[in-house]
Amino acid sequence: MKFFVCIKQVPDTETKIKVASDGVSIDSSAVKWVMNPYDEYAVEEAVKLRDANPGSQVHVITVGPKKRAGEVLRTALAMGADEGLLIDAPENLDPWTTAQALAKAIAAEGPAQVIFTGKLAIDDNASSVSQMLAESLKIPHTTVVSKFSMTAESVQVERDVEGGAKEVVQMQGSSVVAANKGLNMPRYASLPGIMKAKKKVLKELDLGGLGVTLSTKTKILSLELPAEKAPAKILSGDSAAQAHQLVQLLRDEAKVL
Amino acid sequence: MAKILVFTESQNGSLKRSSQELLSVAKKSGNSVSAVAFGSGANQLAAEMGKFGAAEVYVVQEASFDIYNPELFANAAAELIQKSGATIVLASASSLGRDLFPRVAARLDAGIVSDATEIQIQGDSVTTKKPVYSGKAFAKMGFAAGAIQIVLMRANQLPISESPSTPTLIPHSPGKTDLHTLIKEVVKGAVGKLDLTEANIIVSGGRGLKEAANFKMLEDLAQVLGATVGASRAVVDAGWVSHGMQVGQTGKTVAPSLYIAVGISGAIQHLAGMSGSKVVVAINSDPNAPIFQKATYGIVGDAFDVVPKLTEEFKKVLHS
Repeated sequence: MKFFVCIKQVPDTETKIKVASDGVSIDSSAVKWVMNPYDEYAVEEAVKLRDANPGSQVHVITVGPKKRAGEVLRTALAMGADEGLLIDAPENLDPWTTAQALAKAIAAEGPAQVIFTGKLAIDDNASSVSQMLAESLKIPHTTVVSKFSMTAESVQVERDVEGGAKEVVQMQGSSVVAANKGLNMPRYASLPGIMKAKKKVLKELDLGGLGVTLSTKTKILSLELPAEKAPAKILSGDSAAQAHQLVQLLRDEAKVL
Repeated sequence: MAKILVFTESQNGSLKRSSQELLSVAKKSGNSVSAVAFGSGANQLAAEMGKFGAAEVYVVQEASFDIYNPELFANAAAELIQKSGATIVLASASSLGRDLFPRVAARLDAGIVSDATEIQIQGDSVTTKKPVYSGKAFAKMGFAAGAIQIVLMRANQLPISESPSTPTLIPHSPGKTDLHTLIKEVVKGAVGKLDLTEANIIVSGGRGLKEAANFKMLEDLAQVLGATVGASRAVVDAGWVSHGMQVGQTGKTVAPSLYIAVGISGAIQHLAGMSGSKVVVAINSDPNAPIFQKATYGIVGDAFDVVPKLTEEFKKVLHS
């Protein structure tokens, strides 16, 4: 049985974002790259599932520039995944291009029992690749999953929706499961894990080799930083005076009441 | 003139505010506006859509559409987009919208922008703005010429304007499709409260509240304001409140008119989730807390002293 995990390398949340001279991408010179936080839950769940199903395997795949993106696969291999696949591609792919590349690679390397992803990538905030991948493979998907279990024919998951509600969903056959926080506690890569990861198979392909052309259904016209905001108005006086002032300001100045 | 198809959502039998916003912005663009209503209450909703300018409403009046099933809805949504001939499709960046429409876009070879906070519709061409890199930048996005353009808008971003019309109802029975997905149960959450992602006012608490029981103080304040209570990651991880209340990265991204942060220092992961708020109030005992840099108004002080007084002040102003 094969479980696939689709992961993405993204700028660390702490990284200061600067717009590159082209005006549509970020200046990546000082960026610290990490595994997308939601993908950690996806990797952890797949590794746990593999351990509970002897003889099965976890394949991790990423789509991104060869010069940096392989590192995120090494991290996943160090967490316990068995094999990595890097699909070399330019920066800032449209989600549809990524989804097609993943679908072709998984179709070739599969069959996949379950495909895990994160619920969204914190860089482009598109939350689209998981569903597009499922559509490409003609299999069901569930996103924002915080509980997972598997039987021989199906998986059962819980999906977090508005107002703290949960949908309990069963999917037959192979499926795409997009992980939310709460699914598990992702492990840290141990030192022995990191050593072992160096010997694991890491294959490379590219978009052309998979027969995928760049989709340009959407494009970034410009990238902007948020406008500088005025410093906060710090309210003085004792707590009663502060509370009184604040309510006046919210009503008369900010007009949000 | 282009045709805009608006997919709506309802709660307790009425149109959600986010759907009213979408209909309003569609109508304002001068294009022809059609809408879609799913489920056993669809016919009733159609009349309400007329209030915001829908000229026709596709009605899928079937009980199987009362509960969201991705495969079922993707099939119907793709059919309706094609049937309507719409080149612009608007829906909310809700749990349902974000799950459903990327799949529909893939099926129709359409372009999609998820989580937009601004939208410009000029004739049949759409441009949008959306937060990227955890809200540290905004991308202005456009679509390729000739593509169907799908935009998922975040709630509370657009004004509502009424332009009453009597819409033509078009009943639609979606074609049968093989389902591999079964929704076994929907476990209800907090009743009657707006979700954080839809709330117009949020009162959020962090470590500065010292213990779980002190969230009561925020609930009292929220009660007076009609607000939803949120929390920082630290207190969710400490088990004080449920994960559904977490604002920030690995939690919810919110965009209320008013965000009141109590005892929250403002880690960058938290700021990532609330930087779309229009007005931010920070209450914290540490004058150097990063939250003050995002704040419109700041009170440096003891939350246990300030919050009850604030609740009283709001009561006087709002309920007198």
